[in-house]
Amino acid sequence: MNVLVCISNVPDTTSKINFIDNDKLFDTNGVQFIINPNDEFGLTRAIWLQQKDQAIVTVVTVGDISCEPILRKCLAIGANKAVRIDYNALDGFAVAEQLKSLCEKESYDLIICGRESIDYNGGMVGGMLAQMLGFSYITNCISIDLNGNEVEAKREIDGGIETLSSSLPIVIGAQKGLVEESDLIIPNMRGIMQARQKPLDVLASVNSSVKSSVDQFEKPPVKGSVKLVDPENIDELISLLHNEAKVI
Amino acid sequence: MAILVYAESQNGKFKKSSYEAVSYGRALADESNQNLVVISINSEEPKVLANYGPDKVLSIKDASLINFTAQNFANAISEYAKKEEASILVLSSTADSKYFVPLLAVKLDAGLASNVVSSPISISPLVVKRSCFTNKAFNNTTLKGSTNIICVLSNSFGVHEKQSQPEIIEVNTSAYNDNKVKVKSVDKVIGTVSIADADIVVSGGRGLKGPENWHLIEGLASTLGAATACSKPVSDMGWRPHTEHVGQTGKPVASNLYIAIGISGAIQHLAGINASKVKVVINNDSEAPFFKVADYGIIGDAFDVVPKLTEKLKAFKSQ
Ligand SMILES: Cc1cc2nc3c(=O)[nH]c(=O)nc-3n(C[C@H](O)[C@H](O)[C@H](O)COP(=O)(O)OP(=O)(O)OC[C@H]3O[C@@H](n4cnc5c(N)ncnc54)[C@H](O)[C@@H]3O)c2cc1C
Repeated sequence: MNVLVCISNVPDTTSKINFIDNDKLFDTNGVQFIINPNDEFGLTRAIWLQQKDQAIVTVVTVGDISCEPILRKCLAIGANKAVRIDYNALDGFAVAEQLKSLCEKESYDLIICGRESIDYNGGMVGGMLAQMLGFSYITNCISIDLNGNEVEAKREIDGGIETLSSSLPIVIGAQKGLVEESDLIIPNMRGIMQARQKPLDVLASVNSSVKSSVDQFEKPPVKGSVKLVDPENIDELISLLHNEAKVI
Repeated sequence: MAILVYAESQNGKFKKSSYEAVSYGRALADESNQNLVVISINSEEPKVLANYGPDKVLSIKDASLINFTAQNFANAISEYAKKEEASILVLSSTADSKYFVPLLAVKLDAGLASNVVSSPISISPLVVKRSCFTNKAFNNTTLKGSTNIICVLSNSFGVHEKQSQPEIIEVNTSAYNDNKVKVKSVDKVIGTVSIADADIVVSGGRGLKGPENWHLIEGLASTLGAATACSKPVSDMGWRPHTEHVGQTGKPVASNLYIAIGISGAIQHLAGINASKVKVVINNDSEAPFFKVADYGIIGDAFDVVPKLTEKLKAFKSQ
């Protein structure tokens, strides 16, 4: 079985978000980049398939050379090979088209994307890719079981869980629950050494249609200071919420 | 050309976020001089939409769309978007919409912006402001498709009433039978408010010491008609189900009121709940980072403050 895990290179969750160039560019200065957390849950699930069913796990990212350390990390975690599509990823639609070109060349049975990235939070690449390829698609996926070509998956919905059946080939949107945080694989020395020998192919981009551009960033307004209410005077809080904030 | 809004319903009733999406569509239609067409699917009350200003309502009744599946909903909405020659589609940012909207965007070859927080900055070119970096920032996005789709973040634009006399057209079809993905069963906690739909969310952290104390959170939540949520360690330790975990790696929250009890306010927690309008913190540590982002705060012991607050709110509500 061939599994593709799509990886996004994102700022660490504790990063301070700043912008440069008149707020036109994200300031990467001092920012550590990590595997997008939702993608990492997906990668771990893929590695389980490799261990159990000898699946071949390929990781792919669409981006410039600065994304390669993250791909090496995925290889150290256990992926068999890595692909970087050399393209400045700015728009979800265009990224999905780049991935589609790879998927048409190779044949993947299972494609795992993160539910969304924590930088642009578009949440669109997996679904777009599925539709472009005509594959099934299940997002917010918290479990997947494969039996031959049959797929049984669970997905988190508002206020509950839905159980779905489908078949390969399929694209899923991964999130926590697909594996637990404690299941995430921390690369060991052996993994890191092996990763250096594993293939990391760089593919040229294909023509794609850019359907959006990010022009300007803005930080939320600085918050006024908190209004403290004495624990002995809870009526005041109720009055503030009712009369001032008008939320109750 | 038209502005097309999909008004999502559940068990035949519209979600509040649908009225927000229709309000957004109305503003957009006025600014761009287009008609506002609203689609509902298996709604029992399409007439209610007339409170929010549509020019036309397409009320689709279709047995094949009673259960939500992303592919069939994308197929149905794209069909009507093409028929109505929609230039811009507006959806709310509910879990279902987020699921099918990427499929819809490909079918319509459309530009897509999710988590949009305000009316367009410009119509031509179409520029919208959206939240990014999990609510740590905003960006202006220019949509360049010949058709474009906007998903409005809950509680960002607001519901604006505007009476109209739309033509209501009932469409009976049974045409959508893609079954690549089939729903086998749904396991839903009945009778509670879901985090995504809630106006108010009451959330508990490690400061509550253990699952046996959650009646404090639940009592306050039920008094307010609120959804319950929790911080990540609370769900990691199994005190609460994963579906309640909010934050950067959990569910996003964009409620009108978010009450954090015994939650320190770590950056990853705050990122996920920051889109909420009004934040209240109850924590016994005055140094807890949550106080820096909250609108109102009580420095005090949750075990003392929360029962009192619940009692007082009960009295307030029964006035
Ligand atoms: C990659 C990554 C992703 C993460 N994603 C998330 C996420 O999505 N969501 C999330 O929540 N966290 C997330 N975290 C974890 C986050 O960093 C914090 O560890 C977590 O939010 C802390 O939860 P807490 O506030 O419940 O617990 P604590 O930080 O332990 O805080 C407990 C608070 O309770 C207060 N308290 C104690 N007793 C009382 C009392 N009697 N009355 C009142 N107050 C009391 C304490 O003063 C303290 O402030 C993530 C971390 C990482 C590294």
